[in-house]
Amino acid sequence: MTTTPAEQVAEGQEPGGVAGAVHAYVDRLRGGDLGSLPAMLGLAALVLLFGSLEGDRFLSSFNFANLVGQSAMVIVIAMGLIFVLLLGEIDLAAGFTAGMCAAVLGVTMTEHGWPLALGLGACLLTGVVVGLAQGVLVANLGIPSFVVTLATFLAFQGVLLLIIGDGGTIGIRDETILAIQNDNLPVWGGWLLALVVVGGYALLTLMRRRGRAAAGLATEAFTVWLAKTGLLAVVILAVTYFLNEERSRRPEITSIKGIPYVLPLILVLFVGLTFLLTRTNFGRHVYAVGGNAEAARRAGISVVRVKIICFVLCSTLAAVAGILFASRDNSVSPTTGGTLTLLLAVGAAVIGGTSLFGGKGRIVDAITGGLVVGVILNGLPLLTQEAGIQFAVTGAVLLIAASVDALSRRRSVSG
Amino acid sequence: MSEPDASAATAGGDTPLLELRGIHKSFGAVEVLRGVDLKVRSGRVTALVGDNGAGKSTLIKGVAGIHNFDAGEYLYEGVPVEVHDPKAANALGIEVVYQDLALCNNLDVVHNMFLGREVMKGITLNEDVMEARARKTLDGLAVRTLRSVRQPVASLSGGQRQTVAIARAVLWNSKLVILDEPTAALGVAQTEQVLRLVRQLADNGLGVILISHNLGDVMQVADDIAVLYLGQLAAQVDTKDVQRNQVVELITAGRSGDIGLSPAMAEVAL
Ligand SMILES: Nc1ncnc2c1ncn2[C@@H]1O[C@H](COP(=O)(O)OP(=O)(O)O)[C@@H](O)[C@H]1O
Ligand SMILES: [Mg+2]
Repeated sequence: MTTTPAEQVAEGQEPGGVAGAVHAYVDRLRGGDLGSLPAMLGLAALVLLFGSLEGDRFLSSFNFANLVGQSAMVIVIAMGLIFVLLLGEIDLAAGFTAGMCAAVLGVTMTEHGWPLALGLGACLLTGVVVGLAQGVLVANLGIPSFVVTLATFLAFQGVLLLIIGDGGTIGIRDETILAIQNDNLPVWGGWLLALVVVGGYALLTLMRRRGRAAAGLATEAFTVWLAKTGLLAVVILAVTYFLNEERSRRPEITSIKGIPYVLPLILVLFVGLTFLLTRTNFGRHVYAVGGNAEAARRAGISVVRVKIICFVLCSTLAAVAGILFASRDNSVSPTTGGTLTLLLAVGAAVIGGTSLFGGKGRIVDAITGGLVVGVILNGLPLLTQEAGIQFAVTGAVLLIAASVDALSRRRSVSG
Repeated sequence: MSEPDASAATAGGDTPLLELRGIHKSFGAVEVLRGVDLKVRSGRVTALVGDNGAGKSTLIKGVAGIHNFDAGEYLYEGVPVEVHDPKAANALGIEVVYQDLALCNNLDVVHNMFLGREVMKGITLNEDVMEARARKTLDGLAVRTLRSVRQPVASLSGGQRQTVAIARAVLWNSKLVILDEPTAALGVAQTEQVLRLVRQLADNGLGVILISHNLGDVMQVADDIAVLYLGQLAAQVDTKDVQRNQVVELITAGRSGDIGLSPAMAEVAL
């Protein structure tokens, strides 16, 4: 009994501040918890590679804005997939769910002239219904999600084809929807957003520190907080500066600068979903079901309910991605959300650090992994036009990420 | 303190925390429990022993509300109660630590201890309160082996995991903690540590039922021993009144000298 308070103090002090934090981080890595490290290293390596080979084109702010728009759909689908992957399940149909929801948007707004709010509502509601159906089949009937969503993958592809017709397209004309992927925040708006993000992070984390200190709990060293906040500020301000540069090829005719609207949209999804997953009891239960469903059941958690909600979130986020597809392509076609989309989104989540075995993953993984995937998609065509090579490289990257996942899991299981 | 007959119990004045009388339970045609009586008192460790298939797990599952008994009286703090599901048992202050522990490896110690019963602040988890309460509970049990309550359960040793599972059970002002084979998978040092914890629970005033196959553990930590023999209670005796070989006889034959089932009863049971 006598040593316990002393231990508490020792734990609270985190000897060495930043050095201690680095030490703890290395310990975590050794324990098999790699976090965002592989994605960050991969991103740095890819940027160096493409930057040195095709610096002028790849490193331009025009291409950077393009990268954001290209990756956005994969990132949003991956955010949804993370909920399902956390359960140890999969949604193979998420890509075509996005396409089908985009088609609903196109049909209601372009062909039937529905107002924006109703069109968006119909699009998102389609996602909710799809998720509900898939979730019930998996959670209540106990059909493996692999089978359910392989079936819906085919079915939704068919529905998309039936709605649009072979070789046809539905144009998107709504200004607001087109603006998401084609317009930018004013320069001052970008700076304001950057300040709000950095200031908000600093304020929230400071308040959390004070709360923990008041409750007599261990807090991270102030220097660690300072280092984290400083790093975030540098990254956010650099991105804002880069995107606020003029990137038009002919600035005297049209000026293109500012943060694309899709970026704050992703930011809002990131903050909201991270809150849901880490600060609410629902989020806690998602991790519990993914970690040990039987333990969750005995703890009184409704495993069926948690699973269904995760599938609904996944398909609804796919519907959001469908809106982004429609905005970026100005249209919806039978291949919207098809080809590599699903593979890339799963790849993004796994590269970011979400486990295919369930129980491990964070929303930020969708962003880090999505950027890696985006950089590959964006950079490879600068090097080769060969589609075969692009497919092969993308497949290889996904396999490498899955191997890292399996190996780090083995490491943490074996102790 | 050992009361072989009912009149002594009423004369004693202190009602047992849990009392079962004449419990019957059948699965189809198989009568697994046939008139079991059991008394568990606060502040004492009651060991429940018996050969494989004697009905130990069935008995505690009934107490925990997982099965319903077919017949018999279930008294809790002297009052007859109906316990038809695990939630009802929890509400009475009964917690079970199952053999497979049922912890989530990917969650930390605090998260596991509060799983399914999280403390909320509005719509958000109140992590600070949960962490402080988890610490307090572990300190109250004199648990000193956990480096941090924020480390994932995956990184804990078998004994530490057992500790977390037990701490989880006592977090809820529980009055009766039932442990199914808590040391079965542990090494010597860890077994010692868990037994000390079991003792601590009783010393803190809780009633404890300890199911164990290890008579060494039982003789060391239990205050009294209830022996199940083919679905009947052969005897419930004070540990200090019996020798280890007598317990072995009770387990294998249902009787030992003048304690246990009458020869006729033991025969019938076979
Ligand atoms: N759900 C069940 N259905 C049918 N028989 C059961 C069931 N549970 C236990 N039994 C039987 O009841 C008997 C006692 O089992 P159990 O209570 O697990 O014994 P113990 O825990 O003492 O080893 C065994 O013969 C077992 O086969
Ligand atoms: Mg058993």
